[in-house]
Amino acid sequence: MQAEQDSLEKVVCETEVEIKNADGLHMRPAMQFVDIANQFKSDITVSNNETEVDGKSIMQMSMLAATCGTKLKIKAEGSDAQKVISALRELVEEKLFGEPPP
Amino acid sequence: MKFEDFVCFEATVPELQARDREGAIAEIVESLDKAGKLGKGNCKEITRVVIKREKEASTGMGKGVAVPHVKYKLVKDVILVKDVIAAIGLSSAGIDFSALDKQPVYSVILLISPADEPDKHLQAMENVFRHLQQEKFRKFLRQCRSAEHVEDLLREADENSSL
Repeated sequence: MQAEQDSLEKVVCETEVEIKNADGLHMRPAMQFVDIANQFKSDITVSNNETEVDGKSIMQMSMLAATCGTKLKIKAEGSDAQKVISALRELVEEKLFGEPPP
Repeated sequence: MKFEDFVCFEATVPELQARDREGAIAEIVESLDKAGKLGKGNCKEITRVVIKREKEASTGMGKGVAVPHVKYKLVKDVILVKDVIAAIGLSSAGIDFSALDKQPVYSVILLISPADEPDKHLQAMENVFRHLQQEKFRKFLRQCRSAEHVEDLLREADENSSL
């Protein structure tokens, strides 16, 4: 995980997570992701190699087609960026969105 | 994946009679059944599971669109859903879908995916949302008045990624 601090207000954090639940990032996990993302002030972007989307938009998150094994880059910008990254990493990689692995 | 890979154009319902989401879902599933896409005697069961899924969390994503869907277990030789299959239903009056933005839904894209092919489901959804994301596409879809219009639009969208 990398953290870069411009000033006290503007923090940028990035991390890479791997989708580990068997069904991938379908709508229900995407909703959980967006719900958590929206609890924070930071701007959040999520990208696979091809597409970068707004991590707070369910429609955009559904465009990632992130199957099991896909690696996604999550970037947060704002005063609570560090918290964003740890909350989303926990959801994706530790809780597996409450779903089973393959 | 393109629309033509999974959308059953002949099952399009250009004007849904129902004003509620359960009725709308039933009409679209029935239309897929009439098009011979669901195998014999599965229509009611599939309708039931799509509605059950919809009640768990609305797929009315806002901006007048809803994407009800279900992953269906393939029962050998009974269910014909071996690939993702979808159909479009339109409502000029608007349907109460309990959408996220609490606004009526005018365009419904209903998907049935085989439970053991989660990646195909995601690829179909990616295609659906890539286009639904575009305001122009949503507007054109809502304006379609016949199954032919819908087919023309989706085929054009398959060719033109900016639509």
